[in-house]
Amino acid sequence: MKQPKHLFSWIAAGVVTLALAGYFTSRLLGEDRIVFTPGAMTHGHYQIELACNACHTPFAGVKQDACIECHGARLAASNDSHPKKKFDDPRNADRLEALNALRCVTCHLEHRPQQTRAMGVTLPKDFCFHCHQEVGDDRPSHKNLAFDSCASAGCHNYHDNTALYEDFLVKHANEPATAAHPAVPVRKPGDALRASGMRGRKPLGLADQDAPAEYAETKALHEWATTLHARAGVNCRDCHQPKDQPQWIARPGHEACNRCHESETKGFLAGKHGMRLAQHLPPMTPALARLPMQPDARDRVLGCTSCHGAHAFDTRRAAADACLGCHDDKHSRAYEGSTHERLWRAELSGAVSPGRGVACATCHLPRTIHKQDDGDARIRVEHNQNWNLRPNEKMARSVCLNCHGLGFTLDALADPALIADNFNGKPARHVESVDWAAKRVSQPSQGVKP
Amino acid sequence: MKSMKVVVPVLLLAGLGAGALASAAGITPQSMADALHMVLDTDRTVYTKLIVNRLQNEEKVIKASEHWKEDKALVLPAQMFRAGAEMTHDKGATFSYSLLSLWPVNKQNKARTDAEKQGLQYVVDNKGKNFYAEETLGGKKYFTAVYPDYAVVPACVTCHNGHKDSPKKDFKIGDVMGAVVIRLPLDG
Ligand code: HEC
Repeated sequence: MKQPKHLFSWIAAGVVTLALAGYFTSRLLGEDRIVFTPGAMTHGHYQIELACNACHTPFAGVKQDACIECHGARLAASNDSHPKKKFDDPRNADRLEALNALRCVTCHLEHRPQQTRAMGVTLPKDFCFHCHQEVGDDRPSHKNLAFDSCASAGCHNYHDNTALYEDFLVKHANEPATAAHPAVPVRKPGDALRASGMRGRKPLGLADQDAPAEYAETKALHEWATTLHARAGVNCRDCHQPKDQPQWIARPGHEACNRCHESETKGFLAGKHGMRLAQHLPPMTPALARLPMQPDARDRVLGCTSCHGAHAFDTRRAAADACLGCHDDKHSRAYEGSTHERLWRAELSGAVSPGRGVACATCHLPRTIHKQDDGDARIRVEHNQNWNLRPNEKMARSVCLNCHGLGFTLDALADPALIADNFNGKPARHVESVDWAAKRVSQPSQGVKP
Repeated sequence: MKSMKVVVPVLLLAGLGAGALASAAGITPQSMADALHMVLDTDRTVYTKLIVNRLQNEEKVIKASEHWKEDKALVLPAQMFRAGAEMTHDKGATFSYSLLSLWPVNKQNKARTDAEKQGLQYVVDNKGKNFYAEETLGGKKYFTAVYPDYAVVPACVTCHNGHKDSPKKDFKIGDVMGAVVIRLPLDG
């Protein structure tokens, strides 16, 4: 009597095993592999959590190159204070045993939500101790400072210290809170044209449009006719049916923009707005965001035209109003009525000169100056809004110092309540690094060993 | 064409001869390190004399600065040396080298390993002599050679003595200011 019962258990176990194996195999080979992620991902990577192979090499773990492919350019531009090359020498072997600084994942482990702190760091906060125990000997001012405060007090970063190194602090000591002539660099109309290689075409008007007949007399055409695109000789088919396309494309994607706006598209794809597209995943939508978003914007799809609007391509709308159409966190909501916003509206109305206004994009999609081989300087808009976001001292040089003194800037960036309030008011925190640096230079006995 | 045919075997023979000679004499880790040092030291002196001292101190046309990129200035001799060491490593070199001191401006340039500590003290105490040792780092064995680094031009002295981070303010021309440390792996 017992045997058939046993047999049944075996068969049942076999069927369940096969079913599970089938299920997991199909999930593994399919597009939705979320069941395999061992823990929620950081805010930096969760958008692309289904693109496992962006980081993992099958049977080889996470290769260092996978990190560098996306983050290498920024680290290089940051003049990384702890690059791999500083640790390659065998004299650092003991240090590497304490902390393997050759690999990003030593400090930035993914899938560890409980352990993850700001900047995706998974090490205990006092990690600087491993190599800098003796800092108090050279810097009496640092003698009794806690090691968990080095990188959290607004004084130092592990990677980017371009606005924090001592000589820079000294150079910018005693600056007023706001400069006498505050303004960010202003783009010249020719900048985009020259970058796109579109110079020399004949300006176009409504009569020159080359859209299919059914689009004649649409609002879109009239909008296009007023743009720089039309003036630069960019016609409908340049975007909707470029030479290699057999058919008219009703809604061209970022690939179309990339043909002329390469650096902007590259930035967009590197940042949170476009990183899903860069991994060939469906585009980002506010519904997928972890930040608070406007409820009615949930299902909007992120591409170039979600901010720039097709045909009108109004960069001024893209600089602030487009952002506020989706973003609904405290900092975004506090923008309206802030000093920055008032200046922006004044710039839009012509009451103040260009470059004086501060839109969302002024800080988050900053203008960067690129020296060309011909010695000419070209201003580009960095379209990766994460480029200077974290740690926020990255914003000091790329944005704030255009208008504000370094001391004021570091104080403001160290005050989370002021940031949430979109800088309405004065910093309630004071970062002492500028004072200390200035004092050490004026009194060289400070910090020099007897 | 005819002369080529003759030249090639002659060169080949000469090459073989040199190779045989070298292996007969035996390239020891020490002679290898000494040879490397001779090149490194010469290049370092050339850069300091022909570029930095001439343009900064004599002609006063351009400064040398730690923040050379930002200040659009000359790279410091020590930074030049380190940039070379890093690039050599990136090319796959198994040996490594660095510029250290008992009185470092940059605290990362102070002696860390026992051989470095002994060697740096030795070249300061025994002027004109080098120091050689074997050491194990990270489980690997190295031949470590330490060579004195002299203040060869006034620029060395004025810059270090005047630097806010220099623990020593009375270097004189001809002093041992630090040392070049060369490491060769011993177990392949
Ligand atoms: C213009 C200033 C300047 C000049 C000229 C200069 N140095 Fe330096 N030197 C420095 C600085 C700054 C450092 C630290 C650089 C670093 O490691 O980033 C340094 C580093 C060194 C070190 C490594 C230990 C340390 O102090 O960090 C030695 C040894 C050294 N220099 C010797 C010399 C000698 C010898 C000369 C002349 C051939 C010379 N220096 C010329 C500024 C200078």
